[in-house]
Amino acid sequence: MSKRRGTGLATVNYPTGMNLGGDPTQALIHSTTTGNFVVTLSSTDLGQGLKTAMAQIAADAMGVPVDNIIVDTGDTDTGPHCMGTFASRGTHRAGNAVIDAADEARDVLMEVAAEELEAAPSDLEPDGDGNIHVLGAPDRSISVMDAAMAAHFEQGRTISGRGIGFKPKSDVDPETGEMDPDSTEAHATVVTEVEVDTETGEVDVLTVKAVYEIGQMVNPALVDGQIIGGAWMGMAHALYETTDPYYPDIDHKPGSFGEYSLPGPSEVPDIEYEVLEIPSQTGPYGVKGIGEMSATPPIPAIVNAIKDAIGVQITEIPVTPEVVLRALEDEKESSEEPPVAENRDGGDEP
Amino acid sequence: MKELRSVGTSVRRRDGDGHVTGQTEFVDDRSFPDLKHLHVVRSPVPHAEIEAVDTSQAEAVSGFVTALTHEDVPNNIYTILRLIDIGPNEEPLLAEERVRYQGEPIAAIVADTKRAAMEAASKVEVDLTELPAVFDVEEALEPDAPTLKEWGTNYFEYEGHECRRVRYGDVEKGFKEADHIIEERYQTSPIEQAPTETTAAIAKPESNGRFTVYTNTQALYFSLDNTAMIVDVPFSKLQFVGGTVGGGFGGKVDVIVEPLATLAAKKTGYPVQYKFTREEEMQVSSPRGAWRMYYKDGVTDDGEIVARQVTSYADAGAYNRHTPYAVTKHAANVGGPYDIPNAKFDCYCVYTTKQPSSAMRGFGVTPASFAVEGQMDKIADELGLDRWEVRFKNAYQNGDVTPHRKEVEDATLIETMQSAAEMVGRDLPPEYATMSSFKEQDNEGDSRV
Repeated sequence: MSKRRGTGLATVNYPTGMNLGGDPTQALIHSTTTGNFVVTLSSTDLGQGLKTAMAQIAADAMGVPVDNIIVDTGDTDTGPHCMGTFASRGTHRAGNAVIDAADEARDVLMEVAAEELEAAPSDLEPDGDGNIHVLGAPDRSISVMDAAMAAHFEQGRTISGRGIGFKPKSDVDPETGEMDPDSTEAHATVVTEVEVDTETGEVDVLTVKAVYEIGQMVNPALVDGQIIGGAWMGMAHALYETTDPYYPDIDHKPGSFGEYSLPGPSEVPDIEYEVLEIPSQTGPYGVKGIGEMSATPPIPAIVNAIKDAIGVQITEIPVTPEVVLRALEDEKESSEEPPVAENRDGGDEP
Repeated sequence: MKELRSVGTSVRRRDGDGHVTGQTEFVDDRSFPDLKHLHVVRSPVPHAEIEAVDTSQAEAVSGFVTALTHEDVPNNIYTILRLIDIGPNEEPLLAEERVRYQGEPIAAIVADTKRAAMEAASKVEVDLTELPAVFDVEEALEPDAPTLKEWGTNYFEYEGHECRRVRYGDVEKGFKEADHIIEERYQTSPIEQAPTETTAAIAKPESNGRFTVYTNTQALYFSLDNTAMIVDVPFSKLQFVGGTVGGGFGGKVDVIVEPLATLAAKKTGYPVQYKFTREEEMQVSSPRGAWRMYYKDGVTDDGEIVARQVTSYADAGAYNRHTPYAVTKHAANVGGPYDIPNAKFDCYCVYTTKQPSSAMRGFGVTPASFAVEGQMDKIADELGLDRWEVRFKNAYQNGDVTPHRKEVEDATLIETMQSAAEMVGRDLPPEYATMSSFKEQDNEGDSRV
């Protein structure tokens, strides 16, 4: 029995936004008389936390507390258009739409507050805690809620805004493939350590160490979920999963989780990561996105680590124990000298 | 830029408590009086002519409401991405003369309960004459392969070409100048998105003549528009409600359950639920597609890539779904985050008699990254070079131009490598430790960092 360890490296890019653009998302924002602002979208929260992230972006764009942002999404009768949550576009497109909408609403809010405070709008600043102050005069202020009430009942104005996140559609040149296929690019370097059991063919992922550069983070806890979950999903693609165990043949397709191989909690390695934030040129507050990319670099990093461990490059995934054992066997056969020495004694070899 | 107070902090997610305590309302949690259930009759074989469909035995099952075949579907043949001008239409909602994959929908049964719908569906008799199947992407492109498409080939046509092409520089000249040619074949597998919540929709006829469709689609308007076109109701008569999804990962961008549920609601006047069983989610809902990629790199003695040629095949299965789009995205990523001066990429979207594949996290990019990073290690190992240094040597920087002729704008690969090297305690040679993705920053005063 032999266990061999190896280290693997992978460095990747990941594009944000629908390929070639043409994928708008709109946002509407309006104040109520409760002090809350409602952000209305048709974007889908897949469980990644889009609603929370949009509330945070709206809060900073309006200059109000995040608790006063209500995100209302998922109804095509009330929400403006969204192309959908895919292609790592949610935070980028919807975030830009929310900022765009909030800019318009914030201008009105400042005008309303200015009239109440008898000051110029340009001299006002929200403190982010629910109040608007006259710069240089700390005692002259109005709460956001009072401004909203004044707008509605006294000044007869609506505090609202419209926004869109949009990249115009571009075409591909059919001859050269010239195209503009992304809104920004995130990057990552992942290093994994594995232990390969050369008797059973099993691969144990020991550690995943990763650096992701994803622009401005909106919510580090949500980013953490993507990186940890992505490492797990990437490891599953690299070593375990297939809907066609005899691909390309379709025999023995799994029909339940009982028949579908996935890593369990005990297989999950130690994951250590660092996030770099270098602002993108197009994203809301410099956001790039982490949604899809974190499931990718662990795959080549793990497969490269297996090569580092056993000295054989495996070029297909999943790298099941059978794949490892066959690779080791093939390597042994091709590296062994022809059995000349044994034949010297006149053996029975054909 | 405005001051960031909330952005950048770990605000507690708003729906997390609801998700883990069972308070969140998903599609399946909704109930309506007289809710009916839909179950689909599927092809037991990968490729066949349909001779006859007989629903008479199904109609005798207690709780049976109605049966739907392609004759009930106003605009049966569609392709999801027609909304972004990708065509032609090629997938039937319910099969007409032919089935092209095992599990393809042939008829749908609506009944009082899911159990009754499943029982009735099992009693639908389908008379099939099997045809030869083709499972392998390269075999599907052979002249003698059974043809799956009306237009007479087994590939998607990109503006007159049989594949998505990228041409940059002179790849043959690059190979001649190279000291080494590094070639390899890479193959990925189809995998399941494995969401907690299976794909589901409920379509409810309203008294005002509209339909409310509760769905866990990732893209409400994409689903609404396609449903309206297939079922032939005005867009304005549909209201789609969703926005909360129990796991998507790309598995819920296909428009499959909403059109049938809406059609059934329209025909019966009842609210109708169509929800995939776990078996359907795994065996007929689109998985991540498998990709086969042949790489050929021309490399100098010191590890610089001077030419790259890639031929790749996406296994779309029987129908487009989103694969034609992914192949274009793939073509923009097979170079990887590296500076490739001469490139020739031919990326094929190939049809086989298999469950259609579609989007999944990393669509088209994940297989490219897998192959590219295999190549980088192979180059380093065959030339006896350091695996980190080969990547630094080839890393793209801002201002470089990719094989698809886009100027690189937001490159930060080098910075992630430097941080990772520090994390794992690896010393880098000074030239790489001080390298930057922003190569112009010193003499142009670039302030983007």
